[in-house]
Amino acid sequence: MTVSASFDNDAQRLTICIDGRFDFSAHKEFRESYEGTDKGSSFSIDMSSANYIDSSALGMLLLLRDHAGGDHADVEIVNCNSDVKKILTISNFDQLFVIH
Amino acid sequence: MNSEGIPKVLVADDNAVDRKVLSTIVGRAGYDVVQAVDGHDALEKFHEEQPDLVLLDALMPGKDGFEVAQEIKSAGPDNFVPIIFLTSLTEATELARCLEAGGDDFLSKPYNRVILQAKLNAMQRMRTMQRTLQAQRDEISKHHMQLVADQEAAKAVFDNVAHARHLNAPYIRHLLSPLALFNGDVLLVSQDPANNVYMMLGDFTGHGLAAAIGALPLSDVFYGMTQKGFSLGELARECNRKLSSVLPSGYFCCATAIYLDFNRRTMEVWNGGLPSVYLRKHTGEMYPIKSQHLPLGILSPERFSEDSQVFEVNASDRLILATDGVIESRDESGIEFGSDRLEQIVRDSSIDAIFDNVKNAVAMYVPEDGRDDDITLVELEVVAPDQIVPQEPEPVHEDHGPKDWKFVYELGPNSLKTFNPLPLLQQVLMEAPYLRRKSSAIYTVLAELYSNALEHGVLGLESALKSSAEGFARYYAARAAALEQVQGWVRFEFAVSDDVNQRQLCITVEDSGRGFDFETYVAKVAAQTKSENTGYHGRGVKLLWDLCEEVKFSPPGNKIEVTMSWDRET
Repeated sequence: MTVSASFDNDAQRLTICIDGRFDFSAHKEFRESYEGTDKGSSFSIDMSSANYIDSSALGMLLLLRDHAGGDHADVEIVNCNSDVKKILTISNFDQLFVIH
Repeated sequence: MNSEGIPKVLVADDNAVDRKVLSTIVGRAGYDVVQAVDGHDALEKFHEEQPDLVLLDALMPGKDGFEVAQEIKSAGPDNFVPIIFLTSLTEATELARCLEAGGDDFLSKPYNRVILQAKLNAMQRMRTMQRTLQAQRDEISKHHMQLVADQEAAKAVFDNVAHARHLNAPYIRHLLSPLALFNGDVLLVSQDPANNVYMMLGDFTGHGLAAAIGALPLSDVFYGMTQKGFSLGELARECNRKLSSVLPSGYFCCATAIYLDFNRRTMEVWNGGLPSVYLRKHTGEMYPIKSQHLPLGILSPERFSEDSQVFEVNASDRLILATDGVIESRDESGIEFGSDRLEQIVRDSSIDAIFDNVKNAVAMYVPEDGRDDDITLVELEVVAPDQIVPQEPEPVHEDHGPKDWKFVYELGPNSLKTFNPLPLLQQVLMEAPYLRRKSSAIYTVLAELYSNALEHGVLGLESALKSSAEGFARYYAARAAALEQVQGWVRFEFAVSDDVNQRQLCITVEDSGRGFDFETYVAKVAAQTKSENTGYHGRGVKLLWDLCEEVKFSPPGNKIEVTMSWDRET
């Protein structure tokens, strides 16, 4: 499980890539990946290499959403495989995040 | 070690000269020296003086060094005292024997001061390191014991609040298999004043203490509100509010809340974040009920939605609920059990075998050591109302409280839209202790009268809509839509008379609706009841006849008066 993060060209949007299992073991790395950004920044979570997500990862996404401005946050979750998408859908996280 | 912290060395040699030479070298190196003249003496001194290190001649009369070493090592396996054998032996096998007997090193005669000194220091380092390890091990084991004791106490509390009370009721079957000492799954069951059933299955984020701790406020809210008769939506809303305020950010509870009304034969479901629950009719149809909401504890009260789904149910229909542990169970090759498999078993099993079939299928699927989540499985069965064990009423002194009284309570359109008056009215009525004996009947009658006045009176909905399963769903959709635009009022009047032999509660409910042809309606229900032909609608009036001594409609049908009476306890 690794987390890597990079800004897009004009430094407006931070893309965080999740590799492997997205669960509690990613807690520290995931938080550190966005902690330094300004409150209210925009984020993309790239799930193309994530093969699993559990409820503590959902909690981490909520913490990121708070950091990004709560109800006004701009956080999108992209490139989900069907398993990951299923978990996000059951929890109705599409009401909180833009999911592609 | 002596009181000044100087390490103590036991020198055991039967040769007086050798012993003296060695003792001098050791003493000069800064150690405290104890001398022993043979094997027996060595053991005695070892126990008396408790040295930090032993220098042991291999060959001694009586007990030789090998035996002494073995006894020292077996006497206190936890207390590591290094032993250095002193030997003039040079054979490799003999030297190896020294170490096999429990020696930690050996030193050949004649002694070399520099080597001896180096070995003493090395042994002393080993002993210090071993002591540190041992202290850490003891510390960890003490903490572990404390942790286990704490967790056991916490588990007892958790089990009492999370799984207590109605879990043994005849309408419920459940399987709770905790992964850790306690899992994050919570199963709450309660009955409202009319003995209809509320159930909540919750799955908190994560495992262990962090996951279990939210169960306390959740069950508080659940038991408090259900026993007062709040609606399912109000219950879900309050649970969400409570959890949002107590749980740290990032923690939440996936939950399904259910209200099963045995009298009206309706089942209401609010699902926030749990996998689909399945309503399986005894006639074979199956309805998956998907999660429509975010889990509890995430949304602010303003954004929270109470919307639930209502289903018509009949005796022996089942509702099957499972937390994600069931669906995410994996076989040896890591493939998930999956919701399709679960759905298929629920659909294909005979109605009485569903629960066992699912349970067995999961148990067979998962390898013994492969459980990687909490598995919670619940079945709720629709039973006849007379099979419900009523809640024990608290013993009361019936002569206390108000005796002859009346009050009027009227709700305008803005109240009708969002407010549920039943818990409040029930609470006021129960201030009269003698009414508590009939609390369940009173609440049932109240609920019936209010829903008739609101739905058929004020909102003008036709109960005939409910005569098919499809119409049933349409009815509840129409109800929600009409409530948005509601105009009008509902008026309650309560009066208690206190006779020498009898007490009477009279409830009159009037609404702003235009009334209905109650004479034809009552006659039709009466005929239906005689022929035992119970349709989907018309149950309400029959229920009132069962529970009240008198039921009286007034023209044009927008006013109903019921009387409940009971003998005074003497």
